Amino acid sequence: MAKHPVKLTVNGDEHDLLIEPRKTLLAVLRDTIGLTGTKEGCSTGDCGACTVIVDGKAVTSCMVLGVTASGKEITTIEGLASDGELHPVQQAFIDTGGYQCGFCTPGFIMASKVLIDENPDRSEEEFRHALGGNICRCTGYTKILEAVLKAAEEIRTTG
Amino acid sequence: MKSFEFFEPTTLAEASRLFAEEHAQLLAGGTDLVIGMKAYTETPQSVISLQRIPGLAGITTYGDSINIGAMTKVREVELSADVQQHHTALAEGASEIGSIQIRNLATIGGNIAHASPAADTVAGLLVADAQVDIASADGERSVPINELFTGPGQTVLAPGEIITRFRLPKPASGSHYIKHKIREVMDLAFIGVAAAVNLDNGTITDVRIGLAAVAPTPVRATEAENLLSGNAPTPELLEEAGEAAASGCSPISDLRCSAEHRREMVNILTKRTVQNALARASGE
Repeated sequence: MAKHPVKLTVNGDEHDLLIEPRKTLLAVLRDTIGLTGTKEGCSTGDCGACTVIVDGKAVTSCMVLGVTASGKEITTIEGLASDGELHPVQQAFIDTGGYQCGFCTPGFIMASKVLIDENPDRSEEEFRHALGGNICRCTGYTKILEAVLKAAEEIRTTG
Repeated sequence: MKSFEFFEPTTLAEASRLFAEEHAQLLAGGTDLVIGMKAYTETPQSVISLQRIPGLAGITTYGDSINIGAMTKVREVELSADVQQHHTALAEGASEIGSIQIRNLATIGGNIAHASPAADTVAGLLVADAQVDIASADGERSVPINELFTGPGQTVLAPGEIITRFRLPKPASGSHYIKHKIREVMDLAFIGVAAAVNLDNGTITDVRIGLAAVAPTPVRATEAENLLSGNAPTPELLEEAGEAAASGCSPISDLRCSAEHRREMVNILTKRTVQNALARASGE
């Protein structure tokens, strides 16, 4: 089938691509652009490992056709650090040990970043509920939640 | 996923023309269709995205009435102050779908057009007495939400017809949705029950009860509504209404739970959701 021209802005870089309509945004990011930080877990939207930010919203990129993302701004885990410095959410996951095998970590960090940007004053219970779409196969939820609360606290105090 | 032709029309007429062809599927949020295509349960030859058609997304309020565009994300429905205030059950239903990541993709039009009897926005739309606006190359028409569904995955929509908007004309002073489920998030409803009421001096003047996942289509519990309407909500009357709702539905047994359990929970949750809607209507 015919490939379609697609213009994606990923982590600030513009990409003019020709892609098959059946490629998901996740596949385009990983296989076409080569950004493999975003992970494919269940591939059915249940696990959240493929979470990226599209026009400011966290979405499961395995459920998005790449052709429908044309013209949109996408941020992946590779786009969070700036000037060699990790984003506070990334740093908090390291500081608290909010990862074990690390496979779910990019998805958790991208989902958490948007939640904290929207409202860093969420309670622990509210963060727990709002992160219900992300699954950690190592079951390291206690440390993940610690990381999210630490990052929220830091962003709340430093702006 | 099988290959397909991809179209992004910018007018409804063009979308309708493409959609009237054989083996064509509409793409709204993609959270059902893309997963279905990956599983090869959906193998369309053409996929028609609705996202570039102007005017299909967004929530507009005209006095008391609210219009919700079919391409509005369910996350937006969930967070809308107007929907939360006037159609609380619908906002609550929207908030029960999947995860935030999924609600940022999924649309209310897709949730309804997919015609799952267990859709989380459907009970809220039933008790809002929503009108469903439908467009095709031949023009427009409108059907009440309780006449839209004909069976699991089946609606009255003809080839080429596209849902454009939900019109919610009657705000309820109190409404509530309960999703019976196991997991806190990322679950499908065992059953869903919504109620909307208006009260006048302790008498129920309007009542609508919507049930999901207890029949081949989402249904109103009209017998229970008739018992309650025009009366003061006594505990005995609520008992009768719960029993009427339970005996009026036709649930199935499946992997998720038994028909007997579903029927018993319709009884209990109808009482509970009507009570909660009444409490909200009286400002509690």
